[in-house]
Amino acid sequence: MEMIELENVTKVYRMGEVEVYALNGVSVSIKQGEMLSIIGTSGSGKSTLLNVLGCLDRPSSGRYMLDGIDVNRLNDNELAELRSKKFGFVFQDFNLLSRASALANVELPLVYSGGRNKHVKAMEALERVGLGPRAKHKPTELSGGEQQRVAIARALVNSPSLILADEPTGNLDSASTKEIISIFSQLHKDGITVAIVTHEPDIAAKTQRIIRLHDGKVASDGKVDSL
Amino acid sequence: MKFFESLVISIRSLFSNKMRSVLTMLGIIIGVGAVIAIMAGGRGMETAVTSTLEDLGTDVLYVQPTNPDAPGAAGMAPGYAGANLTLDDAEAIARIHGVLGVAPTNESFVELTYGSESLNSVIEGSTPEFQVMSNYELASGQFITERNVASRDNVVVLGSTTAENLFGDEDPVGQRVKINDKRFTVVGVLATKGGSMFGFSMDEIVVVPITTYQARLFTQRTPSGEDAVQSIGVLVAGPEYMDDVRADIETTLIKRHRIDEGDKNDFAIVSMDQMIGIFSQITGVVSIFLAAIASIGLLVASIGIMNIMLVSVTERTREIGIRKAVGAKRRDILLQFLIEAAALSLVGGAVGIVFGWLLSLAISFIATFAGFPLEATLSPVHVIIAVGVSLVIGLASGIYPAMRAARLNPIDALHYG
Repeated sequence: MEMIELENVTKVYRMGEVEVYALNGVSVSIKQGEMLSIIGTSGSGKSTLLNVLGCLDRPSSGRYMLDGIDVNRLNDNELAELRSKKFGFVFQDFNLLSRASALANVELPLVYSGGRNKHVKAMEALERVGLGPRAKHKPTELSGGEQQRVAIARALVNSPSLILADEPTGNLDSASTKEIISIFSQLHKDGITVAIVTHEPDIAAKTQRIIRLHDGKVASDGKVDSL
Repeated sequence: MKFFESLVISIRSLFSNKMRSVLTMLGIIIGVGAVIAIMAGGRGMETAVTSTLEDLGTDVLYVQPTNPDAPGAAGMAPGYAGANLTLDDAEAIARIHGVLGVAPTNESFVELTYGSESLNSVIEGSTPEFQVMSNYELASGQFITERNVASRDNVVVLGSTTAENLFGDEDPVGQRVKINDKRFTVVGVLATKGGSMFGFSMDEIVVVPITTYQARLFTQRTPSGEDAVQSIGVLVAGPEYMDDVRADIETTLIKRHRIDEGDKNDFAIVSMDQMIGIFSQITGVVSIFLAAIASIGLLVASIGIMNIMLVSVTERTREIGIRKAVGAKRRDILLQFLIEAAALSLVGGAVGIVFGWLLSLAISFIATFAGFPLEATLSPVHVIIAVGVSLVIGLASGIYPAMRAARLNPIDALHYG
C-alpha cells in the first residue's frame, strides 16, 4: 500500500520580483518499508522535497496524501501532531539541544507527544543506536558520529513510520559515515521506512531506490540495480 | 504537553543564563520594592494618626467654623473657614442635656523663652476640660483651672518634651517663661503621652487659658466684634447621647447665629469617627498617589523583561526550530516563553516584596528615631496586589516575544544562524 503520494507538487519562493521554483511538479509515491535516497546537485530541490515530505514545509500547490489524509488541509497544530507521530528527522548538523544530555535530547519528542515512561523509551532508543552508556553526556562531550546517533535515537523514540534524513553524514568522517549508514540499514530491516537526502553516490548506492532531482523536477526514479 | 514540563524547561533556561535573569529581575525587585515600601509606610502613617485620634477619646464631638460660601469641604480648610464661634456659643452648648463639658480651643505657634533657652512650640488656648478630652495626665503641678480662665491668668502648662527641652533636669513648676515676650508662670507639666499628629508630637505643646490666649496673645474677632474660637470640643456623656447632642448643638447654633432656613450652616459638627475616616482617606490617597509614581519603575522593568525575552527568542531560534520539528505545537512554544517571563517577574516580585518590607522597616526606624513614631505595616492585600501585578507584568511583557517564537516557521528556525 502507498504510504505517501505526492501529485504534481510545487514549492515556489519569491525572491523579490522573481519566483523561484524549488519544486516544479514533483510526483512521487513511497511504500511502507522502503529505503530510498533522494539525490541531485545543490539547488535541485532535494532538501525542499524532504521538508515537504516531513510536513515541516507546505507545498505551494499539488496534492500530498499521507496514509489517506490530505495533508494540505491540516492546520499548523495538526501538522505538528503529525510530525510528532509519523516522522523522525535527522539533520546534517545534528540539531541537538547543546545544554541538555543525550537522554534529555532523545526524550524531547516524548515531552510533546505526551508519552509515558519517557526515560525507559529514550534509553531503549539510545541502546538501539549503541549509546546506552553515554546517555548522561552532553552533545559537546560526544563525537560527531555519536551526536548523529543521538539524533537518530531521537528520531526513533516515537516509533515513527518514516525517518527523514537530510545529508546525515555530511559532517562526518568515513568511519562514522559507515556506522550511521549501517544503523539506517538495520532500521530498514526492522521495517521502518527511511528516506535519505544525500549527494554522495556511495550512500545512495546502499539504498534500494534512488530519486534523482534536477531543477525541481524528478529526473529519474528507480531501483538501484536498474540504474 | 503538560504545564509542569513547560515549567521545568523554562526554569532550566533561566538558570542557564543566571546573570541575565538576575539583572532582568532587578528592575522588578526595585519597582515592587518601592511600591511595597510606600504602601506599608502609608499604612503605618494611617495607623499612627488613627491611634492618636482614638487616644483623644471617641465620645467627643468637635464644632468647627466653616465658610458657608465655600464649595464642599473646602469651607472647613484652616484660614478659609470663617471666624464665627464664640465663648458664648461654647457656654450654650455646655448647657445641652448629655454634654459633660466643653473645651473651646484656639491653636497657634509661639516662641517660648526661659533664661537663655528658647524654642518654638504649638500653643493651645483652652479650658480645664481640654485635659480630659485629650487624655492628658499630669506629671507635676496642676492643670489650668476655671478660675485661671475666668481671670485671664498668665499661667501655662507644659508638655513633657517641651518642659524637658526648656528646663532640662530643673523643675519647671513655679518658674516663669516668656511666651511671645509676655511673662507666664508654669503651673504644671503634662505626663508623656506619645503619638503625633502630622509630625507634631503630642508632647511638644503648651496650654494656656483660652481667655488669656484671646486677650494677651492672639486676637481674632468674629464679624460682630467678639473674640473668636477656632473649635469647640464637646465631651458627650456616652455613645447613646451622641445623636441627640449633635442635633441639639445644631439647633442651638442655628438659633444663636440666626441662620435662615434653607441657608447653609456656618459651622460643622465632626465626630471623632468622622475625623478618623477623613484622615485615613487623606493618607490613603497620598500613598496611592506615591505608589502610582513608583509604579513607573514597574513599567520600565516590564520593558526590560520584554527586551530580554525578545533577545532570548532570537538567540534560541534554532532551539525553537528543533522543538517544532520534533512535534512542539505553537501553544507549547508560547507557554514555554510565557512561563519564562512570568517566572522572571514573579520571582522578582517576591524578592521585591521582601526588599520593600525591609525598606519600610528602615523608614519606620529612621522616622521613629527622628521623633515621628511610625510602624510600617505590610498587609496581606499589599502582598497579593504585588504578586498579581508582577504576574500581569510578566505575562504582558512576555506575550509578544512568546507569540513571535510560537509563529516561527520550523524550516526558517532550523536554518537560522
